[in-house]
Amino acid sequence: MSATSINILIGGEAGQGLVTIGQLMAKALVRGGYHVLVNQDYMSRVRGGHNFFAIRTGPEPIHCATEDVDILVAMNEETIEKHRKQLTERSIVVAGESMDTSDLNNVLKVPFKELASKELFHNVVALGVLGSAICSDISILENLLSQTFAKKGQEIVDANLDVLRKSYDWVKEQDYDFACIPPASDDGVERVMMNGNEAIAMGALAAGANFLSFYPMTPSTSVALTLIGKGAPLGLRAEQMEDEIAAVNMALGASWAGARPVVTTSGGGFALMVEGISLAGITETPLVMILVQRPGPATGLPTRTEQGDLNLALYAGHGEFPRAIFAPGSADDCFELTHRAFDLTERYQTPMYVLSDQYLADAYTAIEPFDLNGLPEVAGPVLEPENAKEYKRYALGESCVSPRAIPGFSEALVKVDSDEHDEHGHIVEDAENRVAQNSKRLCKGCELWEETIPPSYYGEDEPDMLFVCWGSSVGPCLEAMEAFDGKAAVLHFRQVFPLKEDQFMPYLEKAGTVVSVEGNATGQFARLLRQETGFEISSFILRFDGRPLTSRYILAGLESIR
Amino acid sequence: MTTADDYGKFETAWCPGCGNAGILKSLKKALAEMDIPPHKLGMVSGIGQAAKTPQYMNCNMFNGLHGRSLPAGQGAKLANPELTVIVESGDGCSYGEGGNHFLAAVRRNVDITLLAHDNQIYGLTKGQASPTTAQGQKTKAQPFGAPSDPFNPVMVATAMQAGFVARAFSGDMEHLTEMIKLAVQHKGFSMVDILQPCVSFNKVNTFKWYKDRCYRLEDHDPTDWAAAMEKASEFGDSIPIGVIWKSDKPVFGEGNPAMDGEPLATRKYDKADLEKIIQSFA
Repeated sequence: MSATSINILIGGEAGQGLVTIGQLMAKALVRGGYHVLVNQDYMSRVRGGHNFFAIRTGPEPIHCATEDVDILVAMNEETIEKHRKQLTERSIVVAGESMDTSDLNNVLKVPFKELASKELFHNVVALGVLGSAICSDISILENLLSQTFAKKGQEIVDANLDVLRKSYDWVKEQDYDFACIPPASDDGVERVMMNGNEAIAMGALAAGANFLSFYPMTPSTSVALTLIGKGAPLGLRAEQMEDEIAAVNMALGASWAGARPVVTTSGGGFALMVEGISLAGITETPLVMILVQRPGPATGLPTRTEQGDLNLALYAGHGEFPRAIFAPGSADDCFELTHRAFDLTERYQTPMYVLSDQYLADAYTAIEPFDLNGLPEVAGPVLEPENAKEYKRYALGESCVSPRAIPGFSEALVKVDSDEHDEHGHIVEDAENRVAQNSKRLCKGCELWEETIPPSYYGEDEPDMLFVCWGSSVGPCLEAMEAFDGKAAVLHFRQVFPLKEDQFMPYLEKAGTVVSVEGNATGQFARLLRQETGFEISSFILRFDGRPLTSRYILAGLESIR
Repeated sequence: MTTADDYGKFETAWCPGCGNAGILKSLKKALAEMDIPPHKLGMVSGIGQAAKTPQYMNCNMFNGLHGRSLPAGQGAKLANPELTVIVESGDGCSYGEGGNHFLAAVRRNVDITLLAHDNQIYGLTKGQASPTTAQGQKTKAQPFGAPSDPFNPVMVATAMQAGFVARAFSGDMEHLTEMIKLAVQHKGFSMVDILQPCVSFNKVNTFKWYKDRCYRLEDHDPTDWAAAMEKASEFGDSIPIGVIWKSDKPVFGEGNPAMDGEPLATRKYDKADLEKIIQSFA
């Protein structure tokens, strides 16, 4: 892990354009061949408050956010106060002229008014100053700004470029001390910049998702917005519903009629959808749920992160039906696992979940464009079943998955029912039929279990310290492993349910100390692991203050364990 | 040529004399007269005695959750615009549990038809007040009389200038059949509030009670909103049945190229297009 990485933190009020500066800077770095990892921290308000956008960047891949701030771009004085403790000996502070920085020794006091006549351009000033301070290539920044404002006309583009150049050049005349960012490793790969939610949306589109019904809820909303913004040319139909209950039921109606729907929400919205998920279970209707976690209970910390909804996803829905839960650890995982969720829901006709979180949702990283040709073709329904007139939606046969036909494409009548039903889909209260149909549904779970993705293992073979984690906790665990003084390893679960013991028990048994690292207060995954395997993890590093795990947090936590 | 027999004959679990039987018969007749074959029809329902109607028909069926038939029905229509979608529901289902969905469906104006069996009582759960039960009417669950004012679905939908609003009575099957046909043929959201007796649990709004009060609308202009509001509000000693209000406002999705009418089941995307989209993140 890069001692060569630098961490840039841009702080200020909501409405000051932090995200614009941050995204443009991060994108410029990615275009310059750098790796980035973005951590966004924002409050549940539209204007004011204290927000920040942190970019950790360097020539090598970066696993997670970090506390040390190398460049603090303060758009207001509060930012300096809030992040003062994170400054190190080599840090530089970029501040406005009027701010009190008397006790800081390495400061660039930017004359915003002099560099830009209008306040509107202050974020471009910040971008120019920041880019110059780390010796970023100005032509990349120029191209980016031109593209960003192209729609607004050449006059606007020129005005922005003028401010950018003036600000960039102004820095060169100042007396300050900050080393340039080390050169990017020239591996010839052209990466794109995407956050977790965008990667989920791309995974859904790659799997042929063509229908979205949703109710907006942070931090899932950007999955829906990306699908709407990018999916229209692919023919995606979308509707913002009156509530989450409507969203999931509309998706199921659409799925029955041949759409491949996706539903996006967060914990509170998912709680409302639970009844619909149970309906997907008994009607055997394909459904992919994207659940982007934030801290609860109830409204909790609306804009912050947590891994607190595993139990909710695990037990959502009354009655018994199979499901699988995927927990991406990176943007690449977001894409791949979302695609897989669609593949499995089509093949097994039972609901599938992608369980992400706010940290990953907003974390931009540099990734190689996804290989669409390497993806398995997602199976579809049967449009023209044999003997259509005899078609039975819930046929009992050799397979526990009955061929799924779609209404309107043949003379097959497709009857699905929330009540227990016979092979035709009609209500039947008969005991034998109940056992046959319920067993058929549960039997899909056994086949699904066979397809469980093994957890990823990193590090030493027989470690003294094994970090067990799931979802987005993997990055900080990997960095903690590298920084650990001794033999360490990481066991990362990208699929948290079902679990297949033989895929990971040897790792647990060979390790010295096994520590569960989770973004929740009760160690939900460790409990699930014990329930499924009998293996008890007794050491925990848990974070539930709404902030993302970092390697420093983990290493500090180890002190109390050892 | 589709006949009512194509929709099959089933033994029902309804009480003898239940208004549902007349509605089922009228529905099959209307479908036959419109020549909609069973495999081109999608019946979507929630929970309740009314919601069992699709169980007694040979056709595609999505029998979902209590109150949730309107979202599911709209989803089905948006997924396959070539499917005729009818939502079959009761007063508890669509006006109570699914009240929010009812309002949203009226506003959204997806081209589906809601047939609401309105017996002013909860039948399946054995006789509690429904949203349309008259204030003061005594039931087992409301022994001192239903405390709330009744919901007038026809008036609400008319007030919101829904696509098509009609009222009918299960005892006048000829008229009901005509109302169902007009509703299904309407482009956009259409609803028929169908008054029907519940022989077991509603001893007030009986067959005779409706029969004595319902009269067919004549010389009413359903495009005159003020007149429609007046007719919609008439509910008591006399109850007008017929098309109360209709408008030809734009159907959901008009002007949106993604809604171009092709069923989603056969729609495939081009990988090259998605590659371009992914590259747009550079």
